[in-house]
Amino acid sequence: MESIQFTTFSVDGVYFGVDVNGVQEVLRYQTMTHVPLAPSVVKGLINLRGQIVTAIDLRQRLGMPPRPPGTLPMNVVLRLDDGPVSLLVDDIGDVLTVSPHLAEPLPETMQHLGRELITGVYKLSGRLLLILDAERAVTFHNGRLRGSDDNHHAAAATPSNPQ
Amino acid sequence: MTSIDETDEIVKEFLVESYENLDRLDRDLVALEQNPSSAESVASIFRTIHTIKGTCGFLGYARLEAVAHAGENLLSRLRDREIVLSAEITTALLSTVDVIREMLAAIEKSGQDGDRDYPELVARLHELQSGAVAPAPAPVAAPPPKAVPQPLPVATTAAPATMPSSAPAAAAPIVLPAPTSASPAKAALAPGKPAPAATPPLAATAPERAPSNEPADTRAASAVTDTYVRVDVGVLDKLMNLVGELVLARNQILQFVASADDPSFTATSQRLNLITTELQSGVMKTRMQPIGNIWEKLPRVVRDLSLALGKRIHIEMEGRETELDKTIIEAIKDPLTHLVRNCVDHGLETEAERVAAGKDPEGRLSLRAFHEGGQVNIEISDDGAGLNLDRIRAKAVERGLLSADQAARLADRQVCDLIFLPGFSTAEKVSNVSGRGVGMDVVKTNVERIGGIVDLVSRPGLGTTFRIKIPLTLAIIPALIVTSGGDRYAIPQISLLELVRLTGAQVKDSIDSIHGTPVCRLRGSLLPLVDLGRELGFGDPREPLKLAEAETVSIVVLQADNHRFGLIVDRITDSEEIVVKPLGKHLKGIPAFAGATIMGDGRVALILDVLGLAQVARVVGQGQDRTKSKRTQTVEASERRKQSLLLFSLSDGRPVAVPLSMVARLEIFDARTVEALQDYRVVQYRGEVLPLLDVDTLMGTGAANWDAEGPLHVVVHGVGDRHIGLVVRRIIDVVEEHVDVKRPTSGRSASGVLGCAVIQKRVTEMLDLDAMLRLEAGRFLAGDETTTGAEG
Repeated sequence: MESIQFTTFSVDGVYFGVDVNGVQEVLRYQTMTHVPLAPSVVKGLINLRGQIVTAIDLRQRLGMPPRPPGTLPMNVVLRLDDGPVSLLVDDIGDVLTVSPHLAEPLPETMQHLGRELITGVYKLSGRLLLILDAERAVTFHNGRLRGSDDNHHAAAATPSNPQ
Repeated sequence: MTSIDETDEIVKEFLVESYENLDRLDRDLVALEQNPSSAESVASIFRTIHTIKGTCGFLGYARLEAVAHAGENLLSRLRDREIVLSAEITTALLSTVDVIREMLAAIEKSGQDGDRDYPELVARLHELQSGAVAPAPAPVAAPPPKAVPQPLPVATTAAPATMPSSAPAAAAPIVLPAPTSASPAKAALAPGKPAPAATPPLAATAPERAPSNEPADTRAASAVTDTYVRVDVGVLDKLMNLVGELVLARNQILQFVASADDPSFTATSQRLNLITTELQSGVMKTRMQPIGNIWEKLPRVVRDLSLALGKRIHIEMEGRETELDKTIIEAIKDPLTHLVRNCVDHGLETEAERVAAGKDPEGRLSLRAFHEGGQVNIEISDDGAGLNLDRIRAKAVERGLLSADQAARLADRQVCDLIFLPGFSTAEKVSNVSGRGVGMDVVKTNVERIGGIVDLVSRPGLGTTFRIKIPLTLAIIPALIVTSGGDRYAIPQISLLELVRLTGAQVKDSIDSIHGTPVCRLRGSLLPLVDLGRELGFGDPREPLKLAEAETVSIVVLQADNHRFGLIVDRITDSEEIVVKPLGKHLKGIPAFAGATIMGDGRVALILDVLGLAQVARVVGQGQDRTKSKRTQTVEASERRKQSLLLFSLSDGRPVAVPLSMVARLEIFDARTVEALQDYRVVQYRGEVLPLLDVDTLMGTGAANWDAEGPLHVVVHGVGDRHIGLVVRRIIDVVEEHVDVKRPTSGRSASGVLGCAVIQKRVTEMLDLDAMLRLEAGRFLAGDETTTGAEG
C-alpha cells in the first residue's frame, strides 16, 4: 500500500490531519466579517482573493472549549464540491507522509471529540494523529433558524450527533 | 451540447446556427402569412431551410436532410410564384420547422438525427407542392429574374461563414458583393442540389440550378455578419468576473487616494476609475441581449394558440431593442411565454364574444418593454375581458382555499392576487394551453427569484395588463452601505425609497414608540420602523428601543413588496457599486441576507435581502415568502399571522382595530374646519375633499357631534387618489398580534366590519377600511380599476 499525505494542525492540543488532496491552502489569520443569525459554528466570512469563504470554528464544531482570548485562529481552506470552506484551527503543522500500517481503528471507548468526524488514528512517534473527515466536519444543519423543523435539526447539530 | 464530443465543433456550430435560424423562421413564416406577396420573406425562409439542408447533407444527417429538402421544394415553388401561400401551406411549413427542431434536439443529445422519417409530413409537403396553381410539376422552373430578390447580406445565411475552417468548402471563401448580373443572383438562391439523396420530384427542377451548394453557402457570408464574432458565454462570464474583481480593486485604490496627497497618484487613480467604469459597462454590454430575442418566438406561439382556440389576435411589440443581461433574459423567457399564453387563452375573448361586446373582432395583445429607473419594465396587455373576479372568488371557495364568507370579504385587489397562488386556475376546460393550474405561481416565483416584481392591473371589459419589473443585471448592483452593530451591510438601491435623518427635537416629534413597536410620522404618514441591529440579533429583544432619547436617528425607507418600512441603522455610510457574490451553503438559509460583497478595504460585507428582512421583522406577512413550498399556505392561514394593528376605542370604551397596513396617515383636524356636503361631512385635505365617517355612527354606539369644538382624530385610508377619513374617539395603541378573525356576529350590519378578534385579551372588532372606502365613499369618486401588487 502507498503511504498517504496529511495536512496536520492542532486544535486545543489535539493533533489532527486531513487528506492533503482535499486542502486548497493554509493561511494565517484573516480578518473575518461576523454573520449575524448564522449557526454559531460559523465564525464569519473571509475574502480569499475575491472569493467569499465561510469560516467554521473547528473547536466549536468538535465541542471543545473556546479559543483563549488573545490568540488568533489560522485557516485550513478545504476544497469542496460547492466551493471552498475554511476550518479555523489553533496551529498549522507540517504535511506528513505516513504509512497506512500505522493506522488503528478508533477506540470504541472514545466518545467525545465528535467521534463521527474522526475516521482513524495513526500512531506516530510520541503522539497520535487523528484523521478528520473534512466533508463531515463542514456538514451540519443550520441552527438558529425559525420553525420546528429547523429546531429539530439544530438539536441534531451538536457535535456528538452531527447527522 | 455537452454530450457532443468537444472535437465535433462543426456539429456544434451547425446546431447553434440552426437554432437561431429556426427562431427567425417562425417569425418570418408568420410575417409571410400576413403578407403573402412578400418575395423577401419567402426568399429569406428559403435560404434558411436551404442552409440547414445543405449543411446536414454533408454532415450526413440523411433524415433531417430529407425533411428539409421536402420543405425546400415547396418553398422554391412558392418563391417562383408557382403556387400561392395558403394557411395549409403555412401550417405545413411550421410543422417542418418543428420537426427540424426535434431532429436537431436529437442530434444534440445523441449525435444522430432521430429514428423517425416523418413520411406523413414529407408526403404532405409534396402534396401541397403539386396541388396548387400549377397542376402538373413544371419540368423546368423559369423564375423571372425580377422576382428573385437580391441575395442581400442577410444574417440568415451567416451560418456557413463560420464553417469554412473545417468544411471542404473552405477553399472558396468568397464574399460576393451584390451581384450585378442575373446569373449569380440566381445561383445564390437556387436550391442547391447537394446530395445524392435527392427525391424524384426535385430531380426535375434541379439540373437547371446551381451545380453545387458550396458556393451558394459561402457567398452568403456578408459584410454585415463579418462585424460579428460568436463568443462562448463562458468567456464572457469569466470576463465579467474579472471586471468584478477590477471594480473591487479600484474601490480599494480609491480609498488610498483619500489618504494620499500625491497629486500624480490621485490623477492616475482617477483615470483608473474612469477606465474601470467604462470597461465595466462595456463588458456588461457584451452580455446584454435585446428582449426581442425572446419575443421572436411569441408571434408563432400566439398564432398557433389563436388558431386552436378560434380567436383572432393581433400582436404588437414595442421596445424589442430593450436590452437585458443574458442571465435575466434566460430567466424571464418562460414566465413571459406563460403570461402571453395566459392572455391569449384567458384574457382575450373569441371573435363572437368580442363582436357581442362591441369590440373589434380582432383581439390585441401588446408587449412593451422599456427602461425606467435602472430597471426594465415589461408589460403584457390584452384588450380582453379582464379578470372575472366573481369566478376567481368562486374558484377559491371550490378549491378550499377560502370559505365563501372570506371570499366575499376579500377586496378586489386581493382577489386578483389569488391567481398567483399555486394550483389556482379558473379555466373552465383544461386545454393543452392552460388551465392545468400550474403557471402563475411559477411565473411569480421565477420573476422574484431574479429580484423582480409581477404586478397585475385588470379593468373589467377592457383588458388585463401584467407588469414585470426586473433589474438590468444581477452581477454588479448599486447599493447603499450602512453600519449596524459595528458591521457594514449593503442594501440594494432597487428597494430604496429615501433616507431620513432625524436629529434632536425631530426625534421626539417624529417617532412614536408604543410598547416597543416604533412608528415614524413621515410627512403625515405612518411608517413602521424596524431596527436593523435588533433584527440581526444584537441587543436584548425584550428591552424596548430607546429611540426617543437618541441624538440622531438614521432611517432608510425601503420598499418590500407593496409595503414601505423604515430601517433604523447606526450610520448611513455611502453608496457604492457592489459585486454580488453568493453565500456558502451554510448561510443560504438565512432570509435576511441575499449574498455578500467585498468592500473597498477588502473586507466582506453582507448584502441585505430587503424582502427577507421585512418578513423576519413581520412588516410583510410571511406568506409572501418566495419559496414555493411556503407559499402553498392558504389565505385562511395568512389571516392568523402576526399583524400590526392600530387600536382605538369607541365612545363606550369598546376597542376597535384596523390593520396598520390600511392606515395611510393619522391626522388631527380642528373640528371647526369640518364642512357639510350633501349628507356627508368633509374636510379640505391636501387640496382634496376628504369625506369623514364617524366610527360611533358606523358601529351604532352613538352619534357624531360634528358641532363640538376641539381636535378630531382621523384615521386616513386611501387607495390611489381616493381617501376616506375615519373619525375616532381615542387612539389606544399599535400592537402586533396573531390575529384570528372570526366572522361578524349576526344581526349587525356587517358593512365595513371585517369580524372580531381577541386582541390584548379583549374582544375587538376589526374594521375593513377597504370596504368602507368602496361602500361609503363610492359616491365621491368613480372608477373601478383595481390595482394589485404581486402578493402571494
